[in-house]
Amino acid sequence: MISFTVNGKPVSVEDPPSTPLLWVIRDSLNLTGTKFGCGMALCGACTVHIDGQAVRSCVAPVSRAEGKKVTTIEGISPDLTHPLQQAWIEIDVPQCGYCQSGQIMSAAVLLAEKAAPTDEDIDEAMSGNICRCGTYPRIRRAIHRAAEIKAQKGAK
Amino acid sequence: MTVATRMKRRDFLKTGAALSGGLLLNLYVPDWAPARAAQASSKPVALNAFVHISSDDWVTVISNHSEMGQGIYTSLPMLIAEELEADWSKIRVESSPVAAVYNHTVFGIMMTGGSTTTNSEYDRFRKMGAMARVMLIDAAAQGWGVDSGTCHAEKGYVLHAASKRRASFGSLAEAASKIEPPKDVVLKDPKDFTIIGKPKHRLDTPSKTNGAAQFGLDVYIPGLLTAVVARAPVFGGKVTSFNADKAKAVPGVVNVLEVPSGVAVIAKGFWPAKLGREKLDIIWEEGPGAQISTVAMREQFAALSKTPGAVAKKVGDPSGALAGAAKTITAEFEVPYLSHSMMEPLNTVVDLHEDHCEIWSGTQFQTGDRAAAARVAGLKPEQVDIHTTLLGGGFGRRANPASDFVTEAVQVAKVAKAPVKVVWTREDDIRGGWYRPMWYDHFEAGVDASGNPVAWKHTIVGQSIFDGTMFASFGIKDGIDSASVEGAADIIYTIPNIQVDLHSPKNEVPVQWWRSVGHSHTGFSVEAFFDEVAHAGGKDPYQLRRSLLAGQPRMLAVLDLVAEKAHWNGPLPAGHARGIATHFSFDSYVAQVAEVSVTKDGAVRVHRIVAAVDCGRTVNPDTVKAQLEGGIIFGLTAALKTEITLDKGRVQQRNFHDYPMVRMFESPEIEVYIVPSTEHPTGVGEPGVPPVAPAVANAIFAATGKRVRRLPIKPEDLRSA
Repeated sequence: MISFTVNGKPVSVEDPPSTPLLWVIRDSLNLTGTKFGCGMALCGACTVHIDGQAVRSCVAPVSRAEGKKVTTIEGISPDLTHPLQQAWIEIDVPQCGYCQSGQIMSAAVLLAEKAAPTDEDIDEAMSGNICRCGTYPRIRRAIHRAAEIKAQKGAK
Repeated sequence: MTVATRMKRRDFLKTGAALSGGLLLNLYVPDWAPARAAQASSKPVALNAFVHISSDDWVTVISNHSEMGQGIYTSLPMLIAEELEADWSKIRVESSPVAAVYNHTVFGIMMTGGSTTTNSEYDRFRKMGAMARVMLIDAAAQGWGVDSGTCHAEKGYVLHAASKRRASFGSLAEAASKIEPPKDVVLKDPKDFTIIGKPKHRLDTPSKTNGAAQFGLDVYIPGLLTAVVARAPVFGGKVTSFNADKAKAVPGVVNVLEVPSGVAVIAKGFWPAKLGREKLDIIWEEGPGAQISTVAMREQFAALSKTPGAVAKKVGDPSGALAGAAKTITAEFEVPYLSHSMMEPLNTVVDLHEDHCEIWSGTQFQTGDRAAAARVAGLKPEQVDIHTTLLGGGFGRRANPASDFVTEAVQVAKVAKAPVKVVWTREDDIRGGWYRPMWYDHFEAGVDASGNPVAWKHTIVGQSIFDGTMFASFGIKDGIDSASVEGAADIIYTIPNIQVDLHSPKNEVPVQWWRSVGHSHTGFSVEAFFDEVAHAGGKDPYQLRRSLLAGQPRMLAVLDLVAEKAHWNGPLPAGHARGIATHFSFDSYVAQVAEVSVTKDGAVRVHRIVAAVDCGRTVNPDTVKAQLEGGIIFGLTAALKTEITLDKGRVQQRNFHDYPMVRMFESPEIEVYIVPSTEHPTGVGEPGVPPVAPAVANAIFAATGKRVRRLPIKPEDLRSA
């Protein structure tokens, strides 16, 4: 039995400890916002946070989450109010949308670490996430926009 | 959005038929996902097959086209909302079941592809909205005892101005559904449009930012098992025998069973299924597919390209004109097999019963898939329901002419005797075939003494996509597969003597349409060779294109717009250069200018792409821009990154490390300009792809003096001496 929290809710799972966190989240906990794309940490579709760090859950064994706080896309805000969600909606970033959970989870760590990320910061933080639909220009714009929204919220 | 999938809904699909009760909404909402069922809290009433309205005033637009990122779950509702006079904030969308009423207006089956959705549905969806509006107005007028002509609809209400009465669409829906649908309706004058042509936020964006959007892979039904299939290592291979003892010993593996495509490992979840597959011992009968080598194939194609093929187009006397030309040039171009590599790997959920089969899949090809599923299951097509989920990318792969991934999933469910989700891994996808064909092109051209092209001979070699499919009679005429020569036989420039020939060699590698199909190759070869012809004649490539587009005013306008916006002759940073290309595809006109630089090591950096498009009237302009942006990135990956190669029949790539995609740090600035138009809407999903590679290749020549004649562009071809 491995115990941790997901989006603030305590869970215990009986999956073998080497099972990738991705498949525990999806198949055992039925949280389907976290996506399977490559299984080799090459595309970033499965990105979640473990104690605030971006982790490719398709290669992270569930044992790594033991006693830790896991956040998935479903947990970043209860009501679409995260600055990244607001910016994503304002700019209509997604096309097929499949990679966007991972994009937002990677961007969330960037934004937590840098209040006003530069284009170079975005290149560095986001180049592990593939978007086959080619939404990169909009993701870039939306991260800058989210930083503004966050700053405005903080100023209130 | 959560795609509401409805059960047992065959009974009320007739256009205009009233809904006779019993509509069951079955929302597949993951346990903790935000429940969005509130959007459909009351029973919708069908005013026709495409417009359902519930008593809480929500309008549900039934989409017969699949949403794979192209924004059709917003554009189609916009067409209906415009004529219905709906309240845009109360519009939702749901995927349609498979039924004749939902067939593609051109293709005659239910499918999504060919950049045709807006083009083919522009009239029907507006008409469906207008019909529903007339029925709602009639219902209100009858209730008030006034003449319909004195009432009008506005933002979700019917109003009677004289008596200042109004009634919401929801309150009228039941009565309206009992009114005979009008035989004919008058559609709005476009000058009165308030929705069409005005940017609307996509209806599906919120659900794509919080994990609620439901793709095929996200479907879970009670008792569901997961299967992965071990498929033959070469195309056409078959199982001789296998030993499943070690696979069955993996905890969670429920069963290991042979299916026509290989050996299925069925488990409680994906991970044990995958672990089980790794433990399988299988002996394969490989067959002739084991002989395939793309190196040998290239030699074969190159030799064929120098011989006459089936004539796809002949104008004037190309050989005579070549003989008389002041200068002739010749060049050969080649492009590889390409995988679609949608981010959501292929998958399908099947719940098979004795007299009924329920399928959930992100498919572009519902009618074909249903027929295939019925054949495997031994059922009639009407006994098979397909629920179309959101598609995590399509690019053509999910419109498989053999319904390969759906067929296989039903085959697995049949032997598993349980509800099953068949999941492809990334490796399965990249090695699974159905590629964009490998193509080889031979060109000869001649220019006159003033540098104008007088002769153009083009021989194309590549597998036929339509051959052997249900579309063969539609796509192949006189031995010419239209998909092999599109963009070449209809070259847009006026050249007095033209010949285009085709060779269609066959082999075991399955090929398929891939975003922009034949144009993905002819866009590159024709436009890159055209640049060589311009150079040979001492002409500016933009000006030569201009001078040969006299009969093509729309392309000329697009070309001029892109040249202006990109400052064609303007200053550039040191080491940067521009290239230009046009391409006409899916009835749309696109031109692009690429700005690139090349390092001493031959690494190409694409800094900026400026694109102009004329796709007729736009429904959702921001979606048009998004599709061009996406098409450009998609085309750039093909230009710079990817190739599928085979040796001894084995595909040599397997995941994103050796089949790499353009990433954020390589993504150029992209500007898209739309030429205003009142023409009928045309395609936007694909036309952005073809001009990218030639614009980049032509810019590389301008920067380095080196011609790019094969894709993907390789640094070793461009390294400074």
